[in-house]
Amino acid sequence: MQASKWFDICDKSILSPNTGVCALVDGKQIAVFWESKNDQLYAISNYCPFSKTHSLSRGLIGDSKGELLVASPLYKQRFSLQTGQCLDDQAISVPVYPVRETKGRIEISLD
Amino acid sequence: MQRIIVVGNGMVGHRFIDEALTQSESFQLTTFSEEPRLAYDRVQLSSYFSGATVDDLMMTSESYYDEKGVEYFVNDRVASIDRSAKTITTAQGRTESYDKLVLATGSTPFVPPIPRPDDEAAKQHILVYRTIEDLEAMKASAKQSKVGVVIGGGLLGLEAAKALKDLGLQTHVVEFAPRLMAVQIDQSGGDILRSKIEELGVHVHTDKNTQAIEPGEDTRYLMKFADGSVLETDMILFSAGIRPQDKLARDCELAIGPRGGIAINDQCQTSDPDIYAVGECALWDGKIFGLVAPGYSMAKVASAHLSGDAAASFQGADMSTKLKLMGVDVASIGDAHAQTEGALSYSLCDEAKQVYKKVVTNAAGDKLLGAILVGDASDYGAWLQLYLNDMTLPVAPEYLLVPSTEEGAASAGMGVEALPDTAQICSCYDVTKGQIAQAVKDGATTMADIKSCTGAATGCGGCSALANQVLNSELEKLGVEVSSAICEHFDYSRQELADIVKVKQIRSFEQLLKECGSGHGCEICKPAVGSILASFWNDYVLEDEHIGLQDTNDIFLGNMQKDGTYSVVPRIAGGEITPDMLMVIAEVAKEFDLYTKITGGQRIDLFGAQLHELPLIWQKLCDAGFETGHAYGKSVRTVKSCVGSTWCRYGVQDSVGMAILLENRYKGLRSPHKLKFAVSGCTRECAEAQSKDIGVIATDAGWALYVCGNGGMRPRHADLFASDLDDVTLMRYIDRILMFYVRTADRLQRTSVWMENLEGGLDYLKQVVIEDSLNLCDELEADMSRVVENYQCEWKTTLSDDKKLQRFRQFVNADGSDPQLQYVRERGQRRPATEDERRIDIVEVR
Repeated sequence: MQASKWFDICDKSILSPNTGVCALVDGKQIAVFWESKNDQLYAISNYCPFSKTHSLSRGLIGDSKGELLVASPLYKQRFSLQTGQCLDDQAISVPVYPVRETKGRIEISLD
Repeated sequence: MQRIIVVGNGMVGHRFIDEALTQSESFQLTTFSEEPRLAYDRVQLSSYFSGATVDDLMMTSESYYDEKGVEYFVNDRVASIDRSAKTITTAQGRTESYDKLVLATGSTPFVPPIPRPDDEAAKQHILVYRTIEDLEAMKASAKQSKVGVVIGGGLLGLEAAKALKDLGLQTHVVEFAPRLMAVQIDQSGGDILRSKIEELGVHVHTDKNTQAIEPGEDTRYLMKFADGSVLETDMILFSAGIRPQDKLARDCELAIGPRGGIAINDQCQTSDPDIYAVGECALWDGKIFGLVAPGYSMAKVASAHLSGDAAASFQGADMSTKLKLMGVDVASIGDAHAQTEGALSYSLCDEAKQVYKKVVTNAAGDKLLGAILVGDASDYGAWLQLYLNDMTLPVAPEYLLVPSTEEGAASAGMGVEALPDTAQICSCYDVTKGQIAQAVKDGATTMADIKSCTGAATGCGGCSALANQVLNSELEKLGVEVSSAICEHFDYSRQELADIVKVKQIRSFEQLLKECGSGHGCEICKPAVGSILASFWNDYVLEDEHIGLQDTNDIFLGNMQKDGTYSVVPRIAGGEITPDMLMVIAEVAKEFDLYTKITGGQRIDLFGAQLHELPLIWQKLCDAGFETGHAYGKSVRTVKSCVGSTWCRYGVQDSVGMAILLENRYKGLRSPHKLKFAVSGCTRECAEAQSKDIGVIATDAGWALYVCGNGGMRPRHADLFASDLDDVTLMRYIDRILMFYVRTADRLQRTSVWMENLEGGLDYLKQVVIEDSLNLCDELEADMSRVVENYQCEWKTTLSDDKKLQRFRQFVNADGSDPQLQYVRERGQRRPATEDERRIDIVEVR
């Protein structure tokens, strides 16, 4: 198994709790969210297929029956942070990416 | 497998196909349309002129038919039927055989035989109104015309008149009968309708029998009427009724009614049992049904019968209608003209409000036989149920007309419990109260459940409020407590949460979640709680503990637009601005190339700012003395004003001064919904204060306070709350009203709906605010003064906080802007490129 290539993004200290930021990784826009209660990080594509804009990082995060989600800021469709599946339209999902914290730095992999 | 050919792919033909696809028996379906496209919504045709596109109107698509295995041919008219061979042949020469044939050929516009020019120009400027091609022809003609006439003042004619008006023509309606909509409403209703429509700038001519159309002098045509009068016009649109399109049936000798229409039985079969007819081409019991709902019922019956349901039967249809014609509500129920023997009529004509209501009852006065509503059709739903279900009237008929009295209020609040199970709730999908009740018994608990298992409220949506009431009452019957909980994370309503926050002095969402909630929160409860916290404590909304609660706009202190960029609106209190300040805005707009537009609230909106530009823009604005306009918040927006006594020769008070005072007092107040104010300097009301949440109008002796009005989707005139107030009392009342609203309203509930839902309405609000009946006024005022004292310009605070500023970047790990944004220039400014205009579309594929 090939080792994942991790991209260094930013210092975790600049994130605000329970919000997202957008990272540019190898030309891709990726939304990174920090859920502060359980100190979890999530990364999904920043592209919202409904509004056709790069905006998911600016959505509000929450949960539905325990499943963590982000609501698109423009038209409020909800996407699972775990799987990228849209909760309001079975046919739609967005890519998810591995994300981790290493010595206070956020890292993303495109694998 | 049976092969079914559907002749005509209009609304009803398409509905038949949809119904047939749901039947257990599988059919091989083929449909032909003489038009160049598949079924579209003819009922909404006039919206084509107010911005809807062909795509918006489409009811189906080629890909949907492909997916469902429906074979379709557009631009090909079925020209003949060979009943013995069971084949059809099209105009293009295609011959197909069928097992069963469904005629859904619809109708054609009736064009009265009036002598008229018959040249090339006439083909372009004397038109009818039925298809999208007709609309395109109207558009083309309108470009070369100044005046347009619609012949026919019925439902469709008035729709067409709206279309001409939208196209910018001087518009006339010519009607043969003595009134508009002669079939549906009576003379008094027609008079009110006429005056409302004339107010909109459409000229109405009734009692006009057009005798000839001749070439005109100043205009293209001159219309001559039987009474000797004439009318000049450049284009003419016929909308004088419809005729069933029955030629195909005539040619193959199916039974036809004496005045046209393909005769059908209760199963929608024609005189040939293998051929069905549905919709406007079909004649049932001597009647043609010119509305879409009966056509849908026929489609359902025909499809059920074809799949072997021998009991399926069309039993006629109620022709009651409610519609909005050029913004005027018009409704007609049952025997509107009181033609039933012994029928009694009761009517109310309110010329001030331009409302006409009439009810027709049986001789005993305890059953509703018919009704007419013009100008205000809010009683339609309740009355229709009384009529359809033959219910005993809850009050004497005269009280139905005046629902503000206590007796009337009882009728308006007539519960859905009183409806029988057979009551039809959704007319689009023919769903009864009993079916909804059954769905609830089978486990449905939400409107989403009801929609998916019964189809109710998924058509025009007009019944959703009623369906929801039925849902709630059925749930209550089953002992299920109907939850007012805001979402799955809190078992409390917004009002209860506000009380908890206030009483327990809760300062953050985390604290509230720990106190009375569960989970992480969601896009419903987070912004609601964020708003409550801001209303009471007015902390900086981007503090770490609040930032995750802020919705789309608040989180970056700007209004997100469709392309993900933001608009910037500095506060211009009362709409008063110096030339120097205007220049600052102009310079900023120029520097950042922002699309600039004047808003309805007397300020200036700058569009197209990207995240990283927002702090730069606001730094310049704040340096010059501007503050945030809170245009992004559910909060106090603007106080609009007229110039008032300072300049205006009619003004009696300084309305600009008062507007600035009010705007500076309440700016930034977070509330359940946005709040708009206005102050007018005299009774001429140029600031339109009566369409605002808080409206102030100057009188000789002080100020009149109006409350709970709004524009928008459901406009409401504000109510007079108190008159001749001095400045101090005015502000005290506003303090109390706003704080009471903030504490007791539902999430996203505007003041108008809030007040309508307060038990006791306006009078109750007066008792609370003026008489202090709840002994609450001191507290409300104290709450407001805390908000006022804690005011801060959120942008100023943000600009002085480096950590907060870090968030205003497109990328957390790189500089630069979103490469996907694309703009084109139009009228000297930039705007987002449309999808067609985009050079490249970056869609991520992984």
